[in-house]
Amino acid sequence: MNESVSVALKSDLIGLFEKSNGELESGSGHFINFHREKALSDFNRLGIPNVKNENYRYTPLEQYFNGQYEMELSPNPSKVDIRSIFKCDVPELDTHVALVLNGFFAAGVQVNGLPEGVVVCSLGEASVKYPRLFETHYAKYADTSADGLVALNTLFAQDGFFVYIPKNVTIEKPIQIINLSHSFKNLRITRRNLIIAEENSTCNIVVCDHSLCNNGYLTNSLTEIHTGNNASLNFDRLQNENSRSTQINNLFIHQLENSRFSSNSISLHGGLIRNSFYVTLNGTGAEANLNGLFLCDDRQHVANFVLMDHASPLCTSNQLFKGILDEEATGAFNGKILVRKDAQKTQAYQKNNNILLSSTARMNTKPHLEIYADDVKCSHGATVGQLDKDALFYLRSRGIPEAEARHLLMYAFANEIVSRISIPVLKERIIDLVDKRLKGELSKCNDCNIHCG
Amino acid sequence: MEESQDNLLNEVTGGVYKYGFITDIDTEIIPKGLNEDVVRLISAKKNEPEFMLEFRLKAYRHWQTMKMPEWAHLTIPEINYQDIIFYAAPKQKAGPLSLDEVDPELLRTFDKLGIPLEEQKLLSGVAVDAVMDSISVKTTFRETLAEQGIIFCSMSEAIREYPELIKKYLGTVVPYTDNYFASLNSAVFSDGSFCYIPKGVRCPMELSTYFRINAANTGQFERTLLVADDDSYVSYLEGCTAPMRDENQLHAAVVEILALENAEVKYSTVQNWYPGDKNGKGGIYNFVTKRGICKGDNSKISWTQVETGSAITWKYPSCILRGNNTTGEFYSVAVTNNYQQADTGTKMIHIGKNSRSTIISKGISAGHGQNSFRSLVKVLKSAGNVRNFTQCDSMLMGDKCGAHTFPYIEVENQSAVIEHEATTSKIGEDQIFYCNQRGIDTENAVGLIINGYAREVLNKLPMEFAVEAQKLLQISLEGSVG
Repeated sequence: MNESVSVALKSDLIGLFEKSNGELESGSGHFINFHREKALSDFNRLGIPNVKNENYRYTPLEQYFNGQYEMELSPNPSKVDIRSIFKCDVPELDTHVALVLNGFFAAGVQVNGLPEGVVVCSLGEASVKYPRLFETHYAKYADTSADGLVALNTLFAQDGFFVYIPKNVTIEKPIQIINLSHSFKNLRITRRNLIIAEENSTCNIVVCDHSLCNNGYLTNSLTEIHTGNNASLNFDRLQNENSRSTQINNLFIHQLENSRFSSNSISLHGGLIRNSFYVTLNGTGAEANLNGLFLCDDRQHVANFVLMDHASPLCTSNQLFKGILDEEATGAFNGKILVRKDAQKTQAYQKNNNILLSSTARMNTKPHLEIYADDVKCSHGATVGQLDKDALFYLRSRGIPEAEARHLLMYAFANEIVSRISIPVLKERIIDLVDKRLKGELSKCNDCNIHCG
Repeated sequence: MEESQDNLLNEVTGGVYKYGFITDIDTEIIPKGLNEDVVRLISAKKNEPEFMLEFRLKAYRHWQTMKMPEWAHLTIPEINYQDIIFYAAPKQKAGPLSLDEVDPELLRTFDKLGIPLEEQKLLSGVAVDAVMDSISVKTTFRETLAEQGIIFCSMSEAIREYPELIKKYLGTVVPYTDNYFASLNSAVFSDGSFCYIPKGVRCPMELSTYFRINAANTGQFERTLLVADDDSYVSYLEGCTAPMRDENQLHAAVVEILALENAEVKYSTVQNWYPGDKNGKGGIYNFVTKRGICKGDNSKISWTQVETGSAITWKYPSCILRGNNTTGEFYSVAVTNNYQQADTGTKMIHIGKNSRSTIISKGISAGHGQNSFRSLVKVLKSAGNVRNFTQCDSMLMGDKCGAHTFPYIEVENQSAVIEHEATTSKIGEDQIFYCNQRGIDTENAVGLIINGYAREVLNKLPMEFAVEAQKLLQISLEGSVG
């Protein structure tokens, strides 16, 4: 991608912003609008990151931004009944469900029975209703000056979901957010989410991404998460979109003392998926666990980027990312552990294992440590290989056909991540989905009418 | 305990660089600065044939279009290339034929360095090419080697006497366009070593080059070219020292290795340039491009380096594994103390089938040192059944230093098996306690642990160097336990 294309792309996007600015601002609260100006100047400086940017070295994003997309500036009252075509993949899952359609929190979806004080609502609405929370948290963790996509998201931010869990509250049932992309046009979607888990609170959040038609979607999603002292947050994510979709997920997690954050990201399907995790362990004793599994084939690209910032002493972090790549799929893992000078007694681990199934699949990995404190235990490991021939032989010598044996081994490989999902029903369902995905049967997904892929 | 550890640390960081003397000999230098005339002047001074001048000028013109790269994890003050003397040579007669003709002051210098330059030290069995400032001073054992058809001489001689070989191989592994410092080197390199091992010859002794920067304000730009023809074997050593000076000096070298079919080359470096004083003043900027190509099938290149010196080290001895069944190895110990910075590692480019590579790196940071390991393992589509194992361990001593790793793994072939692992830690209190309990004091315990930690790499060094390297490690790190 040459320089002039980058410049053209950037000015197109800025032009788009200028044209739609009025409408963007009118629907948003003060604190969302307040950050647009800086975001604009930052985006003007940074543009869409290209492969020359070290953090995007293996993910040529620009080409994905070049397609023709339309943008919705207000929730589009859908003529179709979502419920009739979409059924949750995990029907038995007892959750507080909220729907986000094309980036807008779907009005009319009730989130019932939440404990007192807990808020699950539209981000736009919350920015007007809870100015103080927004002043403290909105755009405080996602720094627009560091990344063009963060600036772009902040520039176009209008809506998404907002979750607030007050002090000392434990929510038994998981909160499930379903992000749907559904449109008869190719769509550019900006989603901005904010999760605030106050002191001593406990919560499970499940986020599922689906596309309901085979149009192209370019989603730029950004979620800021704040966990107060001793808070515990489980964040599971299932990504299952069509192969024409481009999904950029930036996750900024800000953790205070003794808080615990765990995330399991299962990327089943999508054209391009880029998951970026920026975790700041900003209080003594905080703990972060990031797990990720991606399965890709065709010409899909899945990239996981992690910046684990140990800014305080006595924190622990674990990263485990695994990938299976088939056909012409490409994958990237770019993980960085940064241990700052005063972050003594840090324990930070990182592991990335990948299996290549075809001669045309490609995997690039860069596990990366930057350490400025001496009393630490840090390690990282990365492997790229294929299914263990000995194990395959072992299975076959016991009468298991090759295809099945291969499937078994892949399944076992993936299971290390899936087994970490803490909600039993969800785990079972995802095991089933992964199983199907590995058999290439995902398009025949249970109750869903959509044939992904 | 805390205080005594601090004392130990001070003792170590205050350790005097023992090679910091200056030799008082006549030196011929040219004026400071760099332009096309300087490039021509260097070439003329060395009576080079036309093709070399052209090579240099092309490199110089290309260098002018380049910018200093900024990707390394280093803080490098701006370098003023007009303030550097690009050519400094100890004055000597038309080329010494025997030791008697070499300036005795020079010989004493190399004596002090413990280099077996004099042939009376025949027993040590090392053939040495010594490069002082920019000029190769003396090559020993030439005749013995010539009997077997081995060419081992200074680069300038090689250019004059074996222009065909130079034309054929120079710049083929590291082209003059390769990177900023390689281009600079190609334009202004003054000397270096050349070595050619003919077909089927197993070099009977270790070959060695000793580099020394002596004159002030100079840069040293040497160029080494090593060609191992089919079925040959050579082990090559390289050592470096420099006097202590307040200003920084630039060292931008290029080493090229070609291993043809079934050839094996072992290249060992003990780099001990002046690292600067304990406040980070002075020291050598060591920006080196080292690359070998396993061109023929079944060939092998093995890099071993012990990096203890230099204010800033920036080097990645690499292997291009072009032939089938080729092997690339990289063993490294890098120490940064005081305000030293190092960004070092390797690249293994797998092109041939069944190629194998091993990377073992041990980084040790103390004081305010910043130590980065950077590696690339790239498996091209053409390379089936590739195997790589990478291990990079870092050890931190003290809370002001840093240890970083930047491994890149790029795999385009499904049959590759690539493993990478890294750990970062400090010397365990329990390890020290264990030693103390058995009557070993803390200082010796640290030496023991460090040498154990680096053993995998030190074991790969030839005997002569292993001893020196172990001593170096001990000097720079004894007792610096945090």
